[in-house]
Amino acid sequence: MIAIHVKKRLGAFDLDAVFEAAPGVIALFGKSGSGKTSVINAVAGLLRPDAGRIEIDGALLFDKAARVDVPVHRRRIGYVFQDARLFPHMSVAKNLAYGGTHDRDRVIEMLGLAELLDRRPAALSGGERQRVAIGRALMSDPRLLLMDEPLSALDAERKAEILPWLERLRDEAGLPILYVSHAASEVARLATTVVVMEAGAVKRVGAVSEVLSDPAAVGMIGAQEAGAVVHARIAGLDRIDGLTELALSGGRIVLPGRLGSLGTHLRLRISAQDVILSRDRPVGLSALNILPAEVTALDEGPEGVAVGLQCGTDRLLARVTRRSARVLGLEPGLRLWAIVKASAVAPQDVGGAV
Amino acid sequence: MTEWLGPEEWQAVQLSLKVSATAVAASLPLGLLCALALAKGRFPGRQFLNGLVHLPLILPPVVTGYLLLIGFSRQGPLGALLEPLGISFTFRWTGAALAAAIMAFPLMVRPMRLAFEAVSPELEAAAATLGASRLRVFVTVTLPLALPGVVAGAILAFAKAMGEFGATITFVSNIPGETRTIPTAIYAFLQMPGGESAALRLVAVSVTLAMGALLISEWLSRRIARRVAA
Repeated sequence: MIAIHVKKRLGAFDLDAVFEAAPGVIALFGKSGSGKTSVINAVAGLLRPDAGRIEIDGALLFDKAARVDVPVHRRRIGYVFQDARLFPHMSVAKNLAYGGTHDRDRVIEMLGLAELLDRRPAALSGGERQRVAIGRALMSDPRLLLMDEPLSALDAERKAEILPWLERLRDEAGLPILYVSHAASEVARLATTVVVMEAGAVKRVGAVSEVLSDPAAVGMIGAQEAGAVVHARIAGLDRIDGLTELALSGGRIVLPGRLGSLGTHLRLRISAQDVILSRDRPVGLSALNILPAEVTALDEGPEGVAVGLQCGTDRLLARVTRRSARVLGLEPGLRLWAIVKASAVAPQDVGGAV
Repeated sequence: MTEWLGPEEWQAVQLSLKVSATAVAASLPLGLLCALALAKGRFPGRQFLNGLVHLPLILPPVVTGYLLLIGFSRQGPLGALLEPLGISFTFRWTGAALAAAIMAFPLMVRPMRLAFEAVSPELEAAAATLGASRLRVFVTVTLPLALPGVVAGAILAFAKAMGEFGATITFVSNIPGETRTIPTAIYAFLQMPGGESAALRLVAVSVTLAMGALLISEWLSRRIARRVAA
């Protein structure tokens, strides 16, 4: 269990974050300036809270009341910084071994570092640097891995290159990860638990599929970023039209591109703005993805209405204008049809299953 | 070289090298510590330490020399303390080294301090999260990254020590073979009738050594900028 309470006054900003989560990938999610980085700095020991308690899997790292404050170098917390922070005067091999050689061969294999070992950090690309930084943190045999927006300094191409490594890390290393991000697509793809932060406080803690599909959370996540995560299995491949058919618990949808081989399980983020609602089953529509759904919750915000939907065992999220909500007569319990725009699912929103 | 220089001149050159090398070697640990404290430390009295380190740069050298003489003479507070231990500085070459070390200290600390300041605290924090103690962070990250500046400071201090005159002559006088370094030897030759040519030869040696030291330290300073940017 990861139990964190961090209280700290930083100038005019008051940080008071409390949450507990089971090990896994815990995403600290929120807009910039919400205090996410301060929380993980406190966990690493780089920021001393004014009050609070930090416990990771039974190891007490900080407790103001009991006067416990384990120094940074004894905490065994791996930290992957936004800017990698490799030592410029050491080769990749020396950087990796700086904190230890725990599971060396497997880490090098898992992150694809073998060809980089003799190079200097200055000769690496941004994505390679981040992979080395991750490897370096892993080889120090940490009890928890902190990742502070490890992808934010990278362009879309590098992100796409490194995301599968992170998924592998999650699935193979069995190490709890505290992952800071303000990108919903990353959170949807990697996280098991989401901790939503706003103005220095924790607003919401829950499973990723639950929080991201909750209409009430749309305001915290941001209307553009909101979208539910669903689980899917590849049920068919159309090689002629280049389409993949996915079986969801509530029906089937077809997406462009080849997303994997038959039978593969995926997690898929469906952005709220790409879901259209209809009271009657639409006919003669170009979109092929029509799913039966039931309205579970509504949340009216300044930018429109967020609609929570139950579709089989999965949950979806849609966004409509206030006028549409009135015209459709949306209310919890209403059965209707959700249309997912096939071209709308971005490749970075398709990830390996967990 | 020994034939080109007279025996007295050669003795002065050798003595100068010995005095300067000793001065730099002995003050290096304290110089590193002061530079580190000024660059990274946040403690009360930091400005006082800064002033103290720079004092020899601003004080007239003769004042520094006289203060040393008062402090380290047999009756002086420090001299009386050290005498039972068999340590004496007055009118000995070790005293010349002490005077040179103190006069060169500000020049040694400044480049080292700048170099330590240039090492990013973020890298040091990263090293700490990887389990490195503060000492290990210093030895494996801070010092290697600041090394060009540290070397530049040592070379600058060496050059300054080679040229130290005022404090040395006040503190330990001008004794051939014991405290007559290049500058005091030049001074002595100029007081002697017909000593100009010997003085000129020592001037040439002096200029060459000082120029060489400055060039090396400049070259190293430029390297630090490139290294920190990488």
